[in-house]
Amino acid sequence: MAAELHVELVAADRQVWSGEATLVVARTTSGDIGVMPGHQPLLGVLESGPVTIRTSDGGTVVAAVHGGFVSFADNKLSLLAEIAELSDEIDVQRTERELERAKAEGDAAAERRADVRLRAAAAR
Amino acid sequence: MGAQLRVYKRRIRSVSATKKITKAMEMIAASRVVKAQRKVAASTPYATELTRAVTAVGTGSNTRHPLTTEAENPTRAAVLLLTSDRGLAGAFNSNAIKAAEQLTERLEREGKQVDAYIVGRRGVAHYNFRERKVAESWTGFTDEPTYADAKTVAAPLIEAIEKDTAAGGVDELHIVYTEFVSMMTQSALDARLLPLRLDEVAEETGSEGEILPLYDFEPSAEDVLDALLPRYVESRIYNALLQSAASKHAATRRAMKSATDNAGELINTLSRLANAARQAEITQEISEIVGGASALADATAGSDR
Repeated sequence: MAAELHVELVAADRQVWSGEATLVVARTTSGDIGVMPGHQPLLGVLESGPVTIRTSDGGTVVAAVHGGFVSFADNKLSLLAEIAELSDEIDVQRTERELERAKAEGDAAAERRADVRLRAAAAR
Repeated sequence: MGAQLRVYKRRIRSVSATKKITKAMEMIAASRVVKAQRKVAASTPYATELTRAVTAVGTGSNTRHPLTTEAENPTRAAVLLLTSDRGLAGAFNSNAIKAAEQLTERLEREGKQVDAYIVGRRGVAHYNFRERKVAESWTGFTDEPTYADAKTVAAPLIEAIEKDTAAGGVDELHIVYTEFVSMMTQSALDARLLPLRLDEVAEETGSEGEILPLYDFEPSAEDVLDALLPRYVESRIYNALLQSAASKHAATRRAMKSATDNAGELINTLSRLANAARQAEITQEISEIVGGASALADATAGSDR
């Protein structure tokens, strides 16, 4: 049986997801990082990007994370983000509209946010 | 109806209208406390995880960061005071303001210049009325603060603490807010946010004495701390805003409950007075009739003779 790690994905105002997983892939400022059970204790800064969690029952959970931290110790992984959304919570059409508007207004931050959301939604 | 009775009746009517309003406000506040409490609980996982991470970096590395090291002789301090936009909450705002003034006095005694940052219309009005200088103020979100609000409040404070003291920056950051202890107890308290005291932080999370693992920092301990500390300040301010909101609603509920009770008592007293007045009126009417009748009887008896 594959070893498991416990994952907590928390946003500033709520707990988004928690459960057991076999692999978590997240994007830190120095590149993508994959954490499997038994990884060395780690504390890293996250970039905006999709986070992929492979759950222990074989499923995949994708979330759009906008900045934050990842910390791993004692087989417990915490993903802290100011804003985090699961891919099934993302309204693709609305995000596409947001992306267009952000592009038109030249709002780089909003454009990046919408882009991350769309990528997370596409990966589900 | 006599004049006095009419006056009583009118007062009873006005007091019962007031009672209805305070009763409604009490119930609204009661439902909001529950909502605010739930928000405090929902923000807790993020805050505890963040605090753990801060402790881990702070103790696990020898990094010297401006936000964790104490200035040798601090000369300027920022005080962030959290009040509410609306009153009708008993001593809620005056307690918070009093706590802020005590803290300011203490800091000034220590020879520090104090910059005031204020959240909530009540606090702003208090400072403006006394013509004191306010570095920055925010209003309009104290009933239901969001994380974005906490970020807007935190931004200038973090900027000020990162600046050199000579260039108008501050050395210390204090926060005064009302802690939500329970439905009946809320206490105004002050806390020093920055520079960070790691032993205190560890105590708060209950992780004192717990041996933290040797973390691998990605990309480096300095960068992690750089990114972590502003988030930590934001999350602490967010938590304080939520607690203040919950406390304010609890204080409003209590104030409105006692207002409702007082109105009920006043209605009782006034109805008794009104009853007495009505009785007195009736008694007087009877004695007038009796007196009139006997006077009439005396007059007729006299004319008969």
